Amino acid sequence: MSRSDLHEMGVAELAAAIADKSTSAVEAAQHLLARARAHASLGAYLAFNEEATLAQARAADARIAAGERGPLLGVPLAHKDIFVTRDFPTTAGSKMLEGYRSPFDATVVAKLAEAGTVTLGKLNCDEFAMGGSNENSAYGVARNPWDTARVPGGSSGGSAVAVAARLAPAVTGTDTGGSIRQPASFCNVTGIKPTYGRCSRYGMVAFASSLDQAGPMARSAADCAALLSVMAGPDIDRDSTSLDHPAEDYTRLLGQPREGARAERPLQGLRIGLPREFFGAGVAADVQGPVRAALAELEKLGATLVDISLPRTELAIPVYYIIAPAEASSNLSRYDGVKFGHRAAQYDDLIDMYKKSRSEGFGPEVQRRIMIGTYVLSHGYYDAYYLKAQQIRRLIAQDFQQAFTQCDLIAGPAAPTVAWKIGDKSDDPVANYLADIFTLPASLAGLPGMSVPAGFGDSGLPVGLQLIGNYFQEAALLQTAHAFQQATDWHTKSPEGF
Amino acid sequence: MNQKAKPTASLLVHGYEVVIGFETHAQLATQSKIFSRAPTAFGAEPNTQACAVDMALPGTLPVMNREAVAHAIRFGLAVGAHVAEHSVFARKNYFYPDLPKGYQISQYEIPVVQGGEVSFYLGDEKKTVRLVRAHLEEDAGKSLHEQFHGQSGIDLNRAGTPLLEIVTEPDMRSTAEAVAYAKELHKIVTWIGICDGNMQEGSFRCDANVSVRKPGEPLGTRREIKNLNSFKFMQQAIDYEIRWQIEQLEDGHAIEQATVLFDPDTGETRAMRTKEDAADYRYFPDPDLPPLVIEREWVSEVQAGMPELPRAMADRLVTEYGLPEYDATTLTQSPAMAAYFEAAARASGQAKLASNWIMGEVSRRLNSEERDIADAPVNADTLAALLARIADGTVSNNAARQVFDALWSGEGQDVDAIIEAKGLRQMNDTGALEKIIDEVIAANPDNVTQFKAGKDKAFNALVGQVMKASKGKANPQQVNELLRAKLQ
Amino acid sequence: MSLRSSDIDRIAHLARLQMPPAQAERMRTQLNDFFDIVEQMKAVDTTGVEPLAHPTAVIDHVALRLRPDVASEPNQREANQQSAPAVEHGLFLVPRVIE
Repeated sequence: MSRSDLHEMGVAELAAAIADKSTSAVEAAQHLLARARAHASLGAYLAFNEEATLAQARAADARIAAGERGPLLGVPLAHKDIFVTRDFPTTAGSKMLEGYRSPFDATVVAKLAEAGTVTLGKLNCDEFAMGGSNENSAYGVARNPWDTARVPGGSSGGSAVAVAARLAPAVTGTDTGGSIRQPASFCNVTGIKPTYGRCSRYGMVAFASSLDQAGPMARSAADCAALLSVMAGPDIDRDSTSLDHPAEDYTRLLGQPREGARAERPLQGLRIGLPREFFGAGVAADVQGPVRAALAELEKLGATLVDISLPRTELAIPVYYIIAPAEASSNLSRYDGVKFGHRAAQYDDLIDMYKKSRSEGFGPEVQRRIMIGTYVLSHGYYDAYYLKAQQIRRLIAQDFQQAFTQCDLIAGPAAPTVAWKIGDKSDDPVANYLADIFTLPASLAGLPGMSVPAGFGDSGLPVGLQLIGNYFQEAALLQTAHAFQQATDWHTKSPEGF
Repeated sequence: MNQKAKPTASLLVHGYEVVIGFETHAQLATQSKIFSRAPTAFGAEPNTQACAVDMALPGTLPVMNREAVAHAIRFGLAVGAHVAEHSVFARKNYFYPDLPKGYQISQYEIPVVQGGEVSFYLGDEKKTVRLVRAHLEEDAGKSLHEQFHGQSGIDLNRAGTPLLEIVTEPDMRSTAEAVAYAKELHKIVTWIGICDGNMQEGSFRCDANVSVRKPGEPLGTRREIKNLNSFKFMQQAIDYEIRWQIEQLEDGHAIEQATVLFDPDTGETRAMRTKEDAADYRYFPDPDLPPLVIEREWVSEVQAGMPELPRAMADRLVTEYGLPEYDATTLTQSPAMAAYFEAAARASGQAKLASNWIMGEVSRRLNSEERDIADAPVNADTLAALLARIADGTVSNNAARQVFDALWSGEGQDVDAIIEAKGLRQMNDTGALEKIIDEVIAANPDNVTQFKAGKDKAFNALVGQVMKASKGKANPQQVNELLRAKLQ
Repeated sequence: MSLRSSDIDRIAHLARLQMPPAQAERMRTQLNDFFDIVEQMKAVDTTGVEPLAHPTAVIDHVALRLRPDVASEPNQREANQQSAPAVEHGLFLVPRVIE
């Protein structure tokens, strides 16, 4: 097995190669660790623990030797630094948690480990998952391998970079307002955010409790399906918002034509809704092109395109940016310098300790969102802001249900533009918020959403096609994405030099 | 709105009406915490009973304890409240070192128990205090100040212990009423088994909201006395606070809303340094916890398992056994004591006698030996046997006490055998007794003359002589009757 | 929506954030910009609409799951306190709390 092939392989291929002994978990891990170190300038990884990685790899190889087989056995991957891990520090991209060691693993991490995955390291992200460019990390930016002067997107920026630059065949990310879908779009990677509650949030450093969801990012829908099948499932013991819905095999529909369809037109009967609000003037021309072309491909595969409306799309921005910061302001109150995390070196008294520790530990975007959140929950403002936002949130969710009477899934761009240059939007927080317009609505409704590579815009920068399904429709989403990826090859492209 | 009748003049303090409301935090008796599986036992080494969830480590989430909810249902049923079908957990946000998450999970707009009331007797008068609500929430940890110079040590063992916060309307009008309410509430929560009631360990903590006003005027500004964990301190604190507020008003100062602490050493209340009243708690429904749904079937199940409640039982003891209210309230201090009484009363047929003995001899020994009635060396049947022997005149009350001593100290459990062994049988043979009386009359002519001249003391002396001559075995009542008859 | 610097001070204190004047002023401008886009919420008629606290409540009855009352967490003080800034005799140390 040529070592240079190892990083070219996706999850399924690698698992097969490890199983048939053409390579080993140890060899694959070592190869990818070396690549990760060689490309440190991309800022994808925040932490390694080679000893722990190789121990996991050896354990996986032992299981293989004992005759065990599994779709993820021995497969190396990396975790967004939002998931707590015993063997690696967890920073959530923040100085507040520099050096923090969790005594337990996140449920999602534990499930993947049980399936035999090998952790290569922790991945860079926007601080506390707040951001859309990975410029809010306290540990430096992550760079888009398609143009290292550009952002990879966020908050799962490091995750997207690792897959795109082939520093890991698959990774975990989290998506609160688009943080899997948007970086996937910017970096030519496939990613999926499942239905809210499908994956356990236990062990995910909390940002916005009613929105956060874990999900996989990889080079194909098939690989995402393999990972999601292990990641998802009820966590009755530890997460009260985890849905009591049995685990699913998300690969079960891959390669199958839809019911009543033939192999040549596998998506026959599939109605894809195109919200007019997702195709307006705000969408860059070089995004519209690839998205429209991708939709045409889906039509060739048998799908029907239907015009629909999600009238409150624009409202998703204020609604999200009230609810998420409100929940975050409360979730981040535990960072007080008392039990863990950063404590200021000098302070006069308790209140001074709190203020200094928190102001030193949190970056500007986090502080901004804490301020917004504190304000909208404060006495006299709760009704006009928080309550109102939660009411409109229900209307947005109802809009989707209405749309789903006319279509089976919804499609559009994942983002209005391709990746921008690092630093371009740093001084304008509101501009950053506005860029989330297409991913926020599905987050608010708790619906599953994917981003699938759909081509390239200006300057050769990737464009993703977003697919949104109704609750629990992940398998159908993945089936559609897979069919698209069988008929196209955008997802196989790699940036030069990686 | 306060709908009470005009204040009784006798309750006014220097012409002011006192208005008191209570908030009580009762720690619920569960094995594990309300939102985590750490143990709740008191007295463990610091932070050995605080798991990752209790310490608010990043990524941790709450999972609700079923038994805590069951206890809340029991309480709601015990006070005749509405047990909500849907209630919501909300976050109360504030910063304090013993509050690990920086917020307390509590209930705000929609609590699990709504309304209800607690009734009790204050002297002869029946009082009823209305409850606004009772809700579930988590306890905070503890700060320890003694050991560390300039610093405090935080122990999170207590963090996450389930609490039921019980809130009254401002219905109470005197310190005595407030303390009586607190005692009745304490009895209820221990009686139904939801709280161990150990006030020293902090299982039952009361905050008293106190204000004063001239009759007919709107409610005065109230001050809240926090964390009263003994009935004695409760009484001292409220009395002091009332006097203090009246003095302030008389001196022309307005009362400022404040949270105050009672200092048992000085007997005074003083305002806390932190202005908690200025706090904006930013309550919002906790997104980590879906709404609590309590099906009516569950409520019925819990209802079916509820014991007879103390107030109802006390009322029944009054009607069924003809006991005074005071006795009935005292005997229903615990289910075990009430059961002991009923068994003894039924077996002996002597309800009032049983009551006297249990409130007297039995309780005295239990208290001095720090024993529970469940561990009493004399069981209800044995006591009943003794009471029967008093009633049928076999022994006098004095002699009975000696028998009881013997029974209590383990000399045996057979009442008759002990009476015989100690020769305590009362002389009931009237013939023999009359003979002794005749002899005493004959031997004490001066006393007889003095008695006939109107000196009652002389009579007692004669009775004493008869008792002595009978070696204490005469039935005093009989002696009295016969002697009087003979001296006519 | 026009936040004043007194609002910024009050919120920063509530959130236990230190905000020197230059930063506070910057924050004030940014928050005001933000609240401009929030204004559009006012125009939406939400009479009789239940707030959506739990997303899947749209399609399903979400109810709080209750667990049996079992104390199964062992003592893991060392592990839980490994990232604590200041610990003595098992207690977290903080500046003196004065009531």
